[in-house]
Amino acid sequence: MQKTKKYPITPPDEIGRRKKKMGQVVVIEDRCKGCGFCIANCPRQVLRVSSAFNKKGYHPPEVIDTTRCVNCHFCEILCPEFAIYSVEYDDLEEQD
Amino acid sequence: MSAKEVKTGIHFINGDEACCEGALAAGCRFFAGYPITPATEVAESMSRRLPEIGGIYIQMEDEIASMAAILGASWGGVKSMTSTSGPGFSLMMENIGLGICTETPCVVCNVQRAGPSTGLPTLVAQGDMMQARWGSHGHYEIIALSPSSPQEMFDFTIRAFNLSEYYRLPVILLADETIGHMTERVVVPPEEEIEIVNRRKPAVSREEYLPYEADPDGIAPMANCGDGYRIHVTGLTHDERGYPAMDAKAQEKMVTRLVDKIRNNRDKIISTKNLFLDDAEVVVVSYGISARSSMQAVQDARREGIKAGLIKLDTVWPFPEDLIRAVAASSKTMIMAEINGGQMVLELERAACGACPVRLVSNYGGAILHPGLILSSIAKAAKGKL
Amino acid sequence: MITAKTAKNLPPHPMDSLLRTERIPHIWCPGCGIGTVFSAVIHSVKNSGWDPNNIAMVSGIGCTGRMAGYIRLDSFHTTHGRALPFATGLKLAKPDTKIIVVSGDGDLFAIGGNHFIHAARRNMDLTVICVNNLNYGMTGGQQGPSTPLGAKTTTTVNGSPEEPFNFCYLAAACGATYVARWTAMQVRSLRSSISEALDKRGFSFVEVITPCPSSFGRRNRMGTALEMLKFYHGRSVIRSDIDPRDASMDIDREIVVGKFVDIERPTFMDHYEKVNRLNSPQWRAMHPDQKAR
Repeated sequence: MQKTKKYPITPPDEIGRRKKKMGQVVVIEDRCKGCGFCIANCPRQVLRVSSAFNKKGYHPPEVIDTTRCVNCHFCEILCPEFAIYSVEYDDLEEQD
Repeated sequence: MSAKEVKTGIHFINGDEACCEGALAAGCRFFAGYPITPATEVAESMSRRLPEIGGIYIQMEDEIASMAAILGASWGGVKSMTSTSGPGFSLMMENIGLGICTETPCVVCNVQRAGPSTGLPTLVAQGDMMQARWGSHGHYEIIALSPSSPQEMFDFTIRAFNLSEYYRLPVILLADETIGHMTERVVVPPEEEIEIVNRRKPAVSREEYLPYEADPDGIAPMANCGDGYRIHVTGLTHDERGYPAMDAKAQEKMVTRLVDKIRNNRDKIISTKNLFLDDAEVVVVSYGISARSSMQAVQDARREGIKAGLIKLDTVWPFPEDLIRAVAASSKTMIMAEINGGQMVLELERAACGACPVRLVSNYGGAILHPGLILSSIAKAAKGKL
Repeated sequence: MITAKTAKNLPPHPMDSLLRTERIPHIWCPGCGIGTVFSAVIHSVKNSGWDPNNIAMVSGIGCTGRMAGYIRLDSFHTTHGRALPFATGLKLAKPDTKIIVVSGDGDLFAIGGNHFIHAARRNMDLTVICVNNLNYGMTGGQQGPSTPLGAKTTTTVNGSPEEPFNFCYLAAACGATYVARWTAMQVRSLRSSISEALDKRGFSFVEVITPCPSSFGRRNRMGTALEMLKFYHGRSVIRSDIDPRDASMDIDREIVVGKFVDIERPTFMDHYEKVNRLNSPQWRAMHPDQKAR
C-alpha cells in the first residue's frame, strides 16, 4: 500500500516564529513558447501573460506580485520548455 | 573458466559451428538470433558455448529484434553478432542501415538459401549478393566476406569482427547453405596467434570528445555507453557532435565520410585468392561454394591445356574493380560462376568495361554448380566461340 | 521582477545539469506535454541516486523519440518500434547500467508491439515511459493504437473505426512488474511513479496521457493545449491498486490513473544466471577490454 510520509510536527511555541516560505520566480524568456500552463496553474496566481515578446514572438509570463510566491515549484515542474523556475527568496542577493 | 574461448586444435565441424568458434575467438560475447534454416546451427552453437565463457545468448522474437539487440550490445562495449538466412536477412535491413549510419561494429552472418520468398530452405543459393550491398535504404558502403569452406567460415568470421571493429560498421558474412552444413576439417590456431582488433577508443577528455569527428583515415574513435562521455547516437543524419543535423550540407559531409572510410581503404579491405593469373586467357571469377566448383573446373581445363585462371573473391564487397580491370585487359574472356540469376556478373561487366567478353555460368539455386558446366564454358571461351 | 537577463548570481534552471542546453529550446510544439514528461524524467534521474554516467536513455521514432537528443546522458535514438530490443541488447551488455526507454504510443505499441510484449514477458530490467498523445504526432496526426473510437485524425476523417488498446492492462498481462498511468498535469504523482519505476527491478511501465494540441487536439476540437491538459486531468480518476483490466482509458468517460501493478518477479538476468549455473563474477568478465588479451 502507499507508505504515508510522516510530516515533522512543529512544536507549539515555534509556530508563531515560523517564517512563511517566500519564493522568487525566474523566467528564461527565450525558452518560453507561450503555452500558459504556468500562468493558469499557479496556485497563488503569481503570474500573468506579459506584453513583452521573446525572440520567437511569444509572450513569456511575468510576476504580478512576488510576495505571493511560496516557492512551490509547480510552474517549474509543469513547464514543458524548462523556461521558468522558482528559488527561495533569501537565496538571492538583496536587489537594489 | 573450465570451457575455453578458443578451442585450439583440429576439429571436424560444419560451417555454422565453425562460424560460432571463429566469433568466440574474435572476442564475440553476445549473440541475439532467431532460428532459420540453414543458419540455426550457428545459434545453437552460440547458445551452448556463450554461457560457458561468460557471454550471453538470447533468442529474440524476430530478426528485426535480433539486429537491434546486437547494435545495443555493441554500444554496451561487447562484440556482438547475429546469424540468419534470406527471409531474416530481409527483415534486418532497416537496422543494418542503423548500424551503418551510427557506425556500430557488429557481424551479420547470412547463410544463404534458395529464394525468392520461402524458396528452398534447405538448399544452396547465392541470391542475396545485391541485397547485401543495397538492401537497406539510402546510399552507403558495406563490407561483405564470402567463405568457401568451414575453415574459411572460422577465419573470415574473425576477419569480419576485426574489420567491423576497425571500420566501425556491420560486416556481413555471405555464406551459403552448402558451406554452412558441410562438415570439414577446421584448424583452430593457438589463441596468441589470432590477431584481434578492438575499436579505437577516444584519447581526449569528455569536453573535447566529438563522437563523430573522424581521424584522418575517416574513422572516429568510439566511446561506449557508460564510459562517461555522455554520447548521443541517432539514426538521423548527424554532425560531429552526434546531434541531428537536418540539412543537405550535413548529409553530404556525413555520408561522404561513411562511404570514403570504406572506399579509400579498399586496398586494405579487399582480398582475393588468384590462380594461374599470370598466363591465363580465360579467367573464372567466383566466390563461396561456387569458387570450389570453379577451382575444379580451372584445374581440369589446365590439364586439357587450356590457359584458365581463377579469381576467388574472399571479399565480395567492396568489389575488386581495379584487379578485374587489369585482368580483363589481358584476358580473352571472363566467366562469373555463381548460384543466382546473375548478380556479381553485373559488377564484373561494369569493372571489365568491355575490355573482354563476360560470360555467366549459373543456376537459380537448389544445387551447386557442376564443375563440368564451368569447364565447358571455359573450353568454349578458349576456342573463341562466343 | 527577476528575469534571466537581469538576474545576477542566480542558480541555473534545476534541470539544466541534465539537459543538452545547447539544443534548447526543443522542437516540440507549444503546449505539447512531452516537455513536462521529460522534466519529470530528468527529476527522477537526478534523484535516483544513480551515477548519471551509468544511466542510458533509448528512444524510438516519433515526437517522444527526440527526447534522447536533449538529455545529457548516453542516449540512443533508434529505429521506429525498435527501442526495446536495442535496449535489451544494451542492458545485457551493461547489466549494471540503468536503462530508460522513452517513446510514444505508436512506436511502442503499433510497430513495436511485438517487442513490447516479449520484453515484458522476459521481464527485462528496463524502465519504459510511454508518452501517449493518442495519435502519431510527428507525421502530422494519424490514427494510432491508442486513438479513441470515433476520434478524428488525418487517416480517419470520419472517425476512427477501431477501439484502442488499454496499454496498462496489456503491460500487466504481458508480465510487467510495475505499471502506472498518470495524465500530464499530475506531475508530482508522475515523478514519484517514474522514480519508483526506476528503482523497480524488472520491466516497469509508466504511461502518461499527454496533450497533443497541434494534431489530435486541433482535429478533435479540444481547444488549446491548456484546455486539453485540464480536460484530461478532469477526466482522470485515481484508483491505485485496482485490477489493470478495470483501469479503463476512455477520454469520453473516465481515465483511470494511479499505480496498478507493483509485484516482484525474477528478471531475465536472474533466470539466465541461475539456469546456466554460472557464478556471476566469472560470468561478469565478459567485456573484451576487461580481458587481458
